[in-house]
Amino acid sequence: MSATTTTGAPRREAPRVRSAEAGRRGRRRKVLGYLPMVLLALFFLFPLVFMFVSSLKPDAQILGDIDSPQAFLPVGDISTDNYVGVFERVPVARFLLNSVLVTVLIVGLGVIVNSMAGFALSRLEWRGRKVLLTVIIATLIVPFETIAIPMVYWVSKLPTIVIEDGLPMYDFGWLNSYHVQIVPFIANAFSIFLFTQYFSTIPKSFDEAARIDGAGWFTIYRKIIVPLSGPAFATVAILTFLPAWNQYLWPLMVVQQEELRPVMVGMQYFFQVNPAWGEVMAYTSLITLPVLVMFLAFQRAFVSSIASSGVKG
Amino acid sequence: MPVDAPQKGITMSRKSFTGMLATTAVLATTLAACGQAGQSDDDGGGGDGGAAEITMWTHSAGNPAELEVYETIVADFNASQDDYEVVMESFPQGAYNDAIVAGAAAGDLPCLLDMDGPIVPNWAWAGYIQPLELDQAIIDSLLPTAVGRYQDEVYSAGYWDAALSVFARRSVLDANGIRIPTIAEPWTLEEFDAALVTLQGAGYATPLDIGAEDTGEWWPYAYSPMLQSAGGDLIDRDTFLTADGALNGPEAVEFFTWFQSLFERGLASDAGTIGNEEFNNDEAALSYTGVWNAMDSLETVGDDLLILPPPDLGTGPTIGGGSWQWGISESCDAADGARAYLEFSFTPEYIAAFADKQVVIPATAEAEELSANFGAGDPLQPFVELSQQYALERPPTPAYPVISSTFERAAKDIMNGADVQSTLNQAVDDIDANIESNDGYGF
Repeated sequence: MSATTTTGAPRREAPRVRSAEAGRRGRRRKVLGYLPMVLLALFFLFPLVFMFVSSLKPDAQILGDIDSPQAFLPVGDISTDNYVGVFERVPVARFLLNSVLVTVLIVGLGVIVNSMAGFALSRLEWRGRKVLLTVIIATLIVPFETIAIPMVYWVSKLPTIVIEDGLPMYDFGWLNSYHVQIVPFIANAFSIFLFTQYFSTIPKSFDEAARIDGAGWFTIYRKIIVPLSGPAFATVAILTFLPAWNQYLWPLMVVQQEELRPVMVGMQYFFQVNPAWGEVMAYTSLITLPVLVMFLAFQRAFVSSIASSGVKG
Repeated sequence: MPVDAPQKGITMSRKSFTGMLATTAVLATTLAACGQAGQSDDDGGGGDGGAAEITMWTHSAGNPAELEVYETIVADFNASQDDYEVVMESFPQGAYNDAIVAGAAAGDLPCLLDMDGPIVPNWAWAGYIQPLELDQAIIDSLLPTAVGRYQDEVYSAGYWDAALSVFARRSVLDANGIRIPTIAEPWTLEEFDAALVTLQGAGYATPLDIGAEDTGEWWPYAYSPMLQSAGGDLIDRDTFLTADGALNGPEAVEFFTWFQSLFERGLASDAGTIGNEEFNNDEAALSYTGVWNAMDSLETVGDDLLILPPPDLGTGPTIGGGSWQWGISESCDAADGARAYLEFSFTPEYIAAFADKQVVIPATAEAEELSANFGAGDPLQPFVELSQQYALERPPTPAYPVISSTFERAAKDIMNGADVQSTLNQAVDDIDANIESNDGYGF
């Protein structure tokens, strides 16, 4: 019995010791695994923390703290004066509203138009679609800056309908409008390419079955392809959102009226002879918030969309 | 069944195409039936009793002090007569030139536009602006550097000019036995250099805040006058066809060798912040900076502040001239109205208001007297004298934008240790190639 007991005891202890050691090793491994991730997270968070904290400090203190850890701490002469200054210098609410309107319409109309184009290129059989897809993809290598000035010229000549004295009249020129900030960016070569690729992975037998049941192409698109392509729509929406929100050069060139300007152009208001750094930080905090909220709300879709598309934001 | 599918698709496409054609035809007919907007009132607006609209763009967005004066002038002008109505749009300064270039590409420039002095010849050559043709008495009353010329024709005029100087503390110079320079007797290169070395020895790690942390037009504005003072220049001003000999001659090489040594010896630095913080905090003993920073330094340093002339590097002190000025676009339909507005605006009261709110030098003697800061005995009066004595406009050639960016690149390379002679030779080659490819820009 005793022998059993003596021999039995170590048998019961050994696994416990081993499991405790394994637990410690596991915890150590976990800590070692998390440590670089935490450091990386801090590394990427520093600019945001610096921005928010500096937005609460006067210029002199921002510059004074810049070489010390205090740059990341809300210490010293903390106030919301910079935010007051921002609202005095720039019509922030108007700029934000403009950016939201332009971005929502570019993203909303973009997913519809580009998905339809992708559908036509991937599902419909017609002559020249492969050539057209090649041409569309080829346009991706043309930087926007090289075609910006010709585009300004052309949009300034496009016809438009205006209401004058209560009557519809035609006129020429899209400058100084919301639509000049939206329409040129609805069709997007990269989005069409993504949709085309994604739609190609959906079995064509679905279409055939639907056609037997009498569905037309639009019904197939709306009732079969769209519901099966959630990830592609999310990817395109997110990848379209960021450049639309960050638009700077185009609105700068085509919009002269202050009340139509988006947020990014507003950034230049703070760079006078001597930059107002505190107000710059307050303004960037204000215009970053909507993007951060979007990111936090859709972070899973955001990460997976960027991973699946292989594109850095 | 799958064989039928495309046929159905094609049938639908044909229907859609027919429908689209019909819709287009209806739209086209409707549009044709409509009149073109603005056609009923194509006489410029003034013919039917209404005021002709004069569009005006400024670079003043984000600068409430400057904008306030413009808003006052525009409101006063619009209220003073019934023939014209000036409508102002303001742009942020950093984005302004791009907006003008885009506006010119689209044929959508405003009637009135302001521009930085050195860009005037380029915009005149490019056909953006027309000769100003203001009352000659107004032009004659302005500081020479507040008038923009190209090929002997006046294209722009401004309400103010700016000036650079060397800020110092009297107590610091006295404590270190450094002579206080005057306009009659500025520091020589040797004196200036020795003063910097002395101040470094007195504990100022970087005795001179030269402003090298800044970028863009600051570089030619601040440092090409030093080059000119040393006997060099950005371009041969006799022909405006080459920079050879001016930008890479022995005087230029000697100046840039000294300029490079300032950074090598730690007498100046490209670190720090844009503005005058280092001087105000007594971290830099001397600051090479502009009139726009004077009020802050006066408040901080008080009576101890000295506004000194820049050093004489060989041919006499030089500072850059030419600030923001107004012109009329070539495409302006109501040029007479634009001129009427400009002539209305060049009154001493408005010019003095700009000078005091912006802290810049008023362009006329009358405005100088009205100003709270620049009149005789006022604290910023030395800047008026500096401007009158030493200001030299940047080369009035359409090649200036290329000269400016090339000079900045070369000077920064030299600051960072590049070989002086070969860097300047390359800059000359770049500038000359540009001039040649533009057939001499009309010279």
